[in-house]
Amino acid sequence: MVKTKSNVIEKEAVVVKFVGDSGDGMQLSGTLFSDTAALAGLDLATFPDYPAEIRAPHNTIAGVSGFQVHVGAKKIETTGDNCDVLVAMNPASLKSNLKWAKPGATIIVDADAFDEPAFKKAGYSANPLEDGSLSKYNLVKAPISSFTRETLKDSGLDTKTAEKSKNMFALGIMYHLFSWDFTATYQFFEKKFKNKPQIIAANRKVLEAGYSYADTVEALSSVYQVNKASIPPGKYRNITGNIATAWGFLAASERSGRPLFLGSYPITPATDILIELAKHKSLGAKVFQAEDEIAGICSAIGASYTGSLAITSTSGPGLSLKSEAIGLAVMTELPLVIVNVQRGGPSTGLPTKSEQSDLYQALFGRNGECPVVVLAASSSANCFYYAYMAAKIAMEHMTPVILLTDGYLGNGSQLFKIPRVADLPSIHPPIAEPNDPDYLPYRRNPETLARKWAIPGTEGLRHRIGGLEKEDGKGSVSTDPLNHQKMVDLREAKVQKVAEFVPEQEIIGEKEGDLLVVSWGGTLGAVQEAVEQAQKNGQKVSHAHFNYIMPLPKNTAEVFAGFKKIIVCELNSGQFVNYLRMTHPQYKYLKYNKVQGLPFTVAELTQVITKTLEEN
Amino acid sequence: MINTQNFTIERSSVELKKDDFVSDQMVKWCPGCGAHAILSSVANVFPKLGYKKENVMIVSGIGCSSRFPYYVNTYGIHGIHGRAAAISSGVKIANPHLSVWMTTGDGDSLAIGGNHFIHIIRRNIDINIILFNNQIYGLTKGQYSPTTPMGSITKTSPQGTIEHPFNVGELVLGAQGTFFARCPDGNPKLMTEIMFEAARHDGTSIVEILENCVIFADKTHDLITNKEYRDDRQIILRNGEPMIFGKNKDKGIILKGTQLEVVTIGENGITEDDLLVHDMYQQDPGIHLMLAKMAYPHYPVAMGVIRSANYPTYDDMVEEQITFGQQHSNIKCVDDLLNSGDTWEIK
Repeated sequence: MVKTKSNVIEKEAVVVKFVGDSGDGMQLSGTLFSDTAALAGLDLATFPDYPAEIRAPHNTIAGVSGFQVHVGAKKIETTGDNCDVLVAMNPASLKSNLKWAKPGATIIVDADAFDEPAFKKAGYSANPLEDGSLSKYNLVKAPISSFTRETLKDSGLDTKTAEKSKNMFALGIMYHLFSWDFTATYQFFEKKFKNKPQIIAANRKVLEAGYSYADTVEALSSVYQVNKASIPPGKYRNITGNIATAWGFLAASERSGRPLFLGSYPITPATDILIELAKHKSLGAKVFQAEDEIAGICSAIGASYTGSLAITSTSGPGLSLKSEAIGLAVMTELPLVIVNVQRGGPSTGLPTKSEQSDLYQALFGRNGECPVVVLAASSSANCFYYAYMAAKIAMEHMTPVILLTDGYLGNGSQLFKIPRVADLPSIHPPIAEPNDPDYLPYRRNPETLARKWAIPGTEGLRHRIGGLEKEDGKGSVSTDPLNHQKMVDLREAKVQKVAEFVPEQEIIGEKEGDLLVVSWGGTLGAVQEAVEQAQKNGQKVSHAHFNYIMPLPKNTAEVFAGFKKIIVCELNSGQFVNYLRMTHPQYKYLKYNKVQGLPFTVAELTQVITKTLEEN
Repeated sequence: MINTQNFTIERSSVELKKDDFVSDQMVKWCPGCGAHAILSSVANVFPKLGYKKENVMIVSGIGCSSRFPYYVNTYGIHGIHGRAAAISSGVKIANPHLSVWMTTGDGDSLAIGGNHFIHIIRRNIDINIILFNNQIYGLTKGQYSPTTPMGSITKTSPQGTIEHPFNVGELVLGAQGTFFARCPDGNPKLMTEIMFEAARHDGTSIVEILENCVIFADKTHDLITNKEYRDDRQIILRNGEPMIFGKNKDKGIILKGTQLEVVTIGENGITEDDLLVHDMYQQDPGIHLMLAKMAYPHYPVAMGVIRSANYPTYDDMVEEQITFGQQHSNIKCVDDLLNSGDTWEIK
């Protein structure tokens, strides 16, 4: 493609957001844009932002669907606070997303969609394209719908079908803006519309028309140049957190030699784990879509008893329903992974929005003294690793493990450096040998305190377990007071012992300073970027981001010791901070919290850091 | 049509005896409880099934019935209230080479576990479920259950219950059950016959035992099971035999119009040839449902195997799909998966 413009703006990173009506194909535009960025050698992070309704009424705010992409020559940690380019396909999407546009951002709208009924439905009293309200932006009033129709007038497609390609016109404009080529997108068309040559031709034509159109527009006279990111060499792919989670379990199953069983019930935003694992029968994955959340976990407990790597996936409301059964897994000391892709709560809450407010539930939400291991993934890509580790810990330590991710990680995507399964840490489940004369159901390995996994079908190991308190060692039902005390202590000690087997807590930055910013789970990207900025500004700030929550890494106290102030930032009202106050009461903790169903922005955290340093 | 494979369960190389399944735990049911008879029947049946003893597993929920796994030496899980069906589903799907048995009660499976109960039946997972129906909550000391007859005085219904009870057979067939049998706890011979049939059936087998609770619902089934008149109030169904009952073997069941009717042989020209002949293997559940619903005083209560219809099982179909996937997918290991689709090399 010949470029006729020479005004090139070099950028380290650019945030682009595609927004439109639910049926406008914004998720696809965003995905194709990301794939092309990845092929161009950029690092990236994406986040789809879609309504809970499948198809809300046309042209309403409720029906706005969006896809944000952050691409850059540097390491991309977040999906970006605010966007440099906003593509808005109708008035409602402009209205609800303008607040996310940076001052001076380029706003590309489908001008054809801004008729009076449409802008009134969106809540505008006058046409925002005409009333001067967008004067501080670089506004491009592109006649996307009409040009798409015009481009396809001889294609033989009816108007309705033709107009469906308008997202490709918008994408063509974006490719011009970044000077990218169409190769990957053409390949996608070939695959997606395999037996529909007419549709392939139409999409190509519209994509090219969008590109050519952009070439003629004064407001688009500047193009971006984002250099290739300095990404470590290797083979990469783009991956969402939910798929990474599913694949981490498959890898753990293969590496441990234990067949995978998932018992699950559909729930937003965790369903993609169920969908993904259901595809992989060829890897021996048995996926049981149960009649409810309780059956999901109970079937997994049954499968675990028979020697499977047993998993149940859910979100907050489902975790509530599983509480009693988690207790059974704790009592029977069976390996089990419970994934909670957190969403806004309580109750049904905000199903498509993200929050970290299920931490208390994960740590404490059961009857009795009922400890489980709790891990939290912190990026879409490392969901793979933490799913793997959750499975490894569950099996090697014979305990339920709750893995916390969230909707933001689960649905968001990131570049993922493809590992080799053989390079992952090995997994050694403590499987009891046939006819082991020393076998007792609750005899423990002194190092881990894990009991042995005696798998039905094995000779000489018949035994019964259940939810009633068991006699230490033999495992018979016992109501003996001292035995109960002993078993309660052993179950707690077994979980605490996991700290001996997990990595120590890292500090990003100096080990001593004025302020330690503490975070956990899905907020890693934003907090890390804010701390890095503060460090560049000369502030004596370091960062500790926790992935191992219960038990905490064994050096946690040392990590906290070197700082004058500690502030814990999390997307809830202060659950991790209170947990730290309970486990490490010798330190004083400040907190910064937000519960709006939105991720932290780097900008707000930067302000928090500065303000915290200034206060006495 | 999916081709079912009926995964076989490994057989014992030696002849097993009753002792091979005796557990060292003290049986803690009340003296006179109907559960003892069930335990004794199972203890007789398990060695004769011929399965390797390590390949038999018992799962239970909560309640008197659910102490059962402790009293038999097999692999076993004593689960949580109502969830035995879900736990045993996971057991059987994960390992179809096990003979899976489940013990449960009317509270465990028809109240708190009602959802799992209907879904395990609908899926036809190959599990043998023994439902101890004593029409009362025994372990919590005497509250009415979903099978307590309407009007019964219990601790939680001092003026009599105002709920319509479930008929277990009707519920099972409504959930598309492929196997349903009923047996009073006082008929060990029939119980043992039924246990063998349940084990032989591929799919979810429901065996309802009309069980007496000596403490909280004594004689609850007495109208049906009392020796004085049980022959006139029960009919024992046997496949291929005409439906005859009564102390004098002179009563029978015919189909009149769309309904079953009790007749006396020799009266109104009725002969044995006019009676319905039991076909438990019949696919259509229509007659089976009518038989399951027969209730005193209009009809004798049907005992024996009422339905044993052949349908593909869920667990077989899971294995089929796995085998198909392994034969037809290019993804043979997780490395294949990780490298599938769009990937790119950064140098």
